[in-house]
Amino acid sequence: MSTEVEEPPSEAAEADELATEAALAAPDVIADSLGEYTKIWLARVRNGDSGFLPVLLGLVVIVIYFQVRNSLFLSAGNLVNLMTQAAWIVLLGMAEVWVLLLGEIDLSIGYTSAIGATFTCWLLVPPNPWPWPIAVLVGLAVPAIFGGLEGVIITRLRLPSFVVTLAGQLLALGLLLEVMNWAAPGSGGTIRLYNNVLSDIEGGAMSPLAGWIVMAVSVALAGTVFVVRDRRRRASNLAAPPASVTALKIVLMAIAGVVVVLIGNTNRGVAVAVRGVPWVVPLILVIVVAYSFLLGRTRSGRYFYAIGGNAEAARRAGINLSRIRVAAFVLAGLTAGIMGIVYASYLGSVSTNVPGGQNVLLAVAAAVIGGVSLFGGRGKMLGAVLGGVVVAVIYNGLELLGLGAAPQYMWTAAVLLAAVIVDATARRGRSTV
Amino acid sequence: MTNPSADDARPATAGRASAPDSDQPPQAQEAQEAQETQPVQAPAVRDQAGGRDANGSDGSQPLLHLAGIGKNFGPVRALSDITLDIPAGQVTAIVGDNGAGKSTLIKTISGIWHQDHGEIIWEGRPAHLHTPKDATDLGIATVYQDLALCDNLDIVQNMFLGQEPVRHWQLDEITMEKTAVQTLADLSVVTVRSVRQPVGSLSGGQRQAVAVAKAVMRQAKLVILDEPTAALGVTQTRVVLDLIRRLKSQNIAVIVISHNLIDVMSVADRIAVLRLGRLAAVGPKSQFDAESIVDLMTTGTSKRLAAQQAELSDPAAQPSGSSSEH
Repeated sequence: MSTEVEEPPSEAAEADELATEAALAAPDVIADSLGEYTKIWLARVRNGDSGFLPVLLGLVVIVIYFQVRNSLFLSAGNLVNLMTQAAWIVLLGMAEVWVLLLGEIDLSIGYTSAIGATFTCWLLVPPNPWPWPIAVLVGLAVPAIFGGLEGVIITRLRLPSFVVTLAGQLLALGLLLEVMNWAAPGSGGTIRLYNNVLSDIEGGAMSPLAGWIVMAVSVALAGTVFVVRDRRRRASNLAAPPASVTALKIVLMAIAGVVVVLIGNTNRGVAVAVRGVPWVVPLILVIVVAYSFLLGRTRSGRYFYAIGGNAEAARRAGINLSRIRVAAFVLAGLTAGIMGIVYASYLGSVSTNVPGGQNVLLAVAAAVIGGVSLFGGRGKMLGAVLGGVVVAVIYNGLELLGLGAAPQYMWTAAVLLAAVIVDATARRGRSTV
Repeated sequence: MTNPSADDARPATAGRASAPDSDQPPQAQEAQEAQETQPVQAPAVRDQAGGRDANGSDGSQPLLHLAGIGKNFGPVRALSDITLDIPAGQVTAIVGDNGAGKSTLIKTISGIWHQDHGEIIWEGRPAHLHTPKDATDLGIATVYQDLALCDNLDIVQNMFLGQEPVRHWQLDEITMEKTAVQTLADLSVVTVRSVRQPVGSLSGGQRQAVAVAKAVMRQAKLVILDEPTAALGVTQTRVVLDLIRRLKSQNIAVIVISHNLIDVMSVADRIAVLRLGRLAAVGPKSQFDAESIVDLMTTGTSKRLAAQQAELSDPAAQPSGSSSEH
């Protein structure tokens, strides 16, 4: 009798367990058809592990709101403007992803990026400019080294990254003033970016034809990688996503590419025709692909997630925690260096008035909005791109509506808070399993 | 490989005898007194002296032989004179109350702490385990109670963590996944729906299975499980016990640390009872019942066991006899 009473609940629990498992497993590997894939994906969304869905939905809602309020919002001119605005937020967000994945944070990169850009701009000042690749290398190396030193202090002395990089932020601001004073005394704290190649990152655009070619080649390459990977898995008798799902992914990617190129190639000039996708778009594409490869396909990348998930388990697996942690701060600094140059390209100069403290918070917001967990171990580089676009859309839209700084901050705050709530609830949902 | 003769094991006895009693903390002295006054003890050393094991292994060279292991933490004697055989293809349960030295013993075997006295003989040769890696390299895998899994990584990623094969500058996911699937299949872990699901979504028993599979996949010859069923429900416990039997059938030696005597009785071939850092008794499971184990765990002796042994005519078959030293 007692067994009869006990059995049903335990069976129910097991069935429930199976449902949870199905819900949390990647749909790619357990679905056999598009229909099943959709079903599992929906179950995952209900479970709080929704991937990029909330940020995409949020983006759509915000875009509709701004378009209703001001029909210029979705004009080609404004959208290209938006791309160049989003670019630097996205880059700083990607820098932050490296450290956030380990459950750390870097508050200094807003100013270290400016130090790097100061060196770059200073080396390019006429009459005797250095070759721009060398100036760029210096501009990347300086923030990378700064990040590396912070990483060494954090790992060696076992200090919280929040405090060390907060000190780093103040130090970097001081150094920025010092370097500017020494490199360009009497300039009022500003150095112009004289190099055309670097100015064109944000200011110039690919020719319309080049835009189409780059887009087509990118989609074809990505599609080939997807198909080849699926085929290899099937050849090894491993579960692979259904062909229809892969096809759908490629089609969506192609649509996104076509839309971006169409926007870029629409004439946005007033007096003279201005066409083409800004150079910063392919630049970010290359960086996202490279970083995603590093995180997703290499040992070191896997260790970022392992340490963020369970540092003790990673340590017992023989992973050198200090090495990865220092590498994260170096990569954050390096990416910040790229951002610094892009930011200088966007503004046409580098200045000591850069809002480095605010920018770094926007970067953290971008990453978290894009689904990168503040608690470490979860998130993708692509998330920083989507999150950075959301932040940029808010700023761009409110500016377009003629609203000042106050609502910009408050909107960003609301979106960030929403993202953190999603992050925390998803985490709680998982830990109850 | 040389088989250590019975005499080789002797020095451990000498080491034990030479340890001055005055150094011992009160607990150990208490144990010592108990040893002197009670009829049934576990002088495992005697087993070697007898030329063949009397504690349940089949007489061939054991995979792991602990000879007079002692470990002190300052003045506290955590382990003293543990002499124990761990044969391949058998499950040895180590039981004992809190503070009996179970954890210290397995940490010594897995290289976290080096013993102060005695020797660890691995496959007939003295082994020097100074770091966990030394133990892992020999084929000793320890699955701690916390399992050390990353919840955010999937099963394959967890099983290969730190050992990922790389091909063309990329992680060789296909090889990893195939190996993981095969290993889990060998262990008859069938309840996992996909090896690509995050470990955080697994049940307690499944997580244990993944941790064990991770150990087995690295060619472990000895798997040490620390309280594998402590946090599990009935169904999940059954999964883990089946897993232990499966390991045994693959001729892997298993050491199970457990508080749960029901589990111990159901899965162990041999039982070693620790009390206050000393081996209170060791022998094949048939020599024990739950009651005698509890007696041994709490008092270091068992009248029931003594009575049982008195009935046995062959002294060599006894799991333990009176101490040869007193």
